[in-house]
Amino acid sequence: MRYSGLQVIKEGLFGNKGWKPAWRDPAPKAEYDAIIIGGGGHGLSTAYYLAKNHGMTNIAVLEKGYLGSGNIGRNTTIVRANYFLPGNSEFYSHSLKLWEGLELDLNYNVMHSQRGLINLFHSDGQRDAFARRGNMMINQGDDAILLDREGVREMLPFLDFEQTRFPIYGGLYHPRGGTARHDAVAWGYARGADRRGVDLIQNCEVTGIDVEGGRVTGVQTTRGAIKAKKVGIVVAGRSSQVAAMAGMRLPIESHILQAFVTEGLKPVIDHVISFGMGHFYISQSDKGGLVFGGDLDFYASYASRGNLPMVEHVMEAGMTLMPMIGRAKVLRSWGGIMDMSPDGSPIIDRTPVDGLFIDCGWNYGGFKAVPASGWCMAHLMATGESHPVAARFKLNRFATGHVIDEEGTGSQHNLH
Amino acid sequence: MRINCPLCGTRDRREFYYYGAEDYLDRPAPEAPAQAWDDYLHNRDNPAGVTRDLWYHDLGCSSWLVVTRNTVTHEILAVEAVADRKGGAA
Repeated sequence: MRYSGLQVIKEGLFGNKGWKPAWRDPAPKAEYDAIIIGGGGHGLSTAYYLAKNHGMTNIAVLEKGYLGSGNIGRNTTIVRANYFLPGNSEFYSHSLKLWEGLELDLNYNVMHSQRGLINLFHSDGQRDAFARRGNMMINQGDDAILLDREGVREMLPFLDFEQTRFPIYGGLYHPRGGTARHDAVAWGYARGADRRGVDLIQNCEVTGIDVEGGRVTGVQTTRGAIKAKKVGIVVAGRSSQVAAMAGMRLPIESHILQAFVTEGLKPVIDHVISFGMGHFYISQSDKGGLVFGGDLDFYASYASRGNLPMVEHVMEAGMTLMPMIGRAKVLRSWGGIMDMSPDGSPIIDRTPVDGLFIDCGWNYGGFKAVPASGWCMAHLMATGESHPVAARFKLNRFATGHVIDEEGTGSQHNLH
Repeated sequence: MRINCPLCGTRDRREFYYYGAEDYLDRPAPEAPAQAWDDYLHNRDNPAGVTRDLWYHDLGCSSWLVVTRNTVTHEILAVEAVADRKGGAA
């Protein structure tokens, strides 16, 4: 069923009885041309683009829980293309362009809102760094505007500009940045893949990867063995466990990242804002809740929940930046399991096992990458070659020294 | 989360700095092959369950500690000072 305004009116007139499930619930077949392990944002977009761009429709997505049950439904929904380094810059630029056409392409409302992103700076040195970053963004073909203090004040009058500890010097404004409705992104890709014939198989946990003579031949699952000559691992925080099934030890450490949402408020924050002197970022959802987050808890964890010290730190950073939010009540907080890489950049590459591919290492920033990650992973799985905008996301770049360390913090996994 | 420092007793997590997996204690020789350095710096078992990692008691006794803990439950199972390990100080 194609969704449209007319369809909504028609269904409204007849009691909304005509809506069909957005995707099938098929049983796994004995063999597919390709299998994607992981039914999150990246896995579903990989399946969608394999079908759409490469005509591979005899494929399956295997998800151990329900579709979109991982980080795609647990993030702070920010979409941006403000990267600096070659490798990241062209990739996220490509992703943002895909976002801009996503709703028409998927025939699905992902509530993509280009409300603008403002990264604040608080010193002369930071201003120089942001000016340079802004120039890189413009050179890449994206947009960036360097705002002085008065420029920021005009847009965000509620910030605490006069404080002595972290005075606000200005901000780098990225008008095409924004947010999207995270679950809808997973659902939109799932529906799009399903409509092209992809089998989305839920409650199907992969328990083993079959390798014969250095080639992948299929997977073992809780719903039986499934053969495939191509298998993609797209499982974010669980990458180390799944890769270990094929004898691999990854450059990944899984960490906890907390996020928070307040009670619904009237519109008060129109943009996405990040604080330059502490890891704090905030936006307001269309439902009215303030959605914000900060740093990792810093210790390796799979708990999907964090500890109080980081809660306290995030609240302090928020209050330092915009004291007006102090009366809002926090409704919920939660944690996502981040696949942290040693340089803070992702991996989309072949593995030492023929036919086995991996897409992981998304650190804090997997959500905005969902379209391009799927696009490039699909290209890799279909053609065997890296897509040009993801050509530097190699699995072995840490051994060869070709790291993409956007923050310049070295090889410690939790510092990115 | 509270960590039982062998010298200071049970202290709040805020006093400690997390460095990374225990792998950091096995520093390769300078002339070791590149693969050994790659494993030491980057590659990790990253278990969902019991792990052993290095913490520094930053706001306490300045000891480096090996903490055995569960990454799924955040339970701390054992803490020992690196200096007390067989083979001496790191």
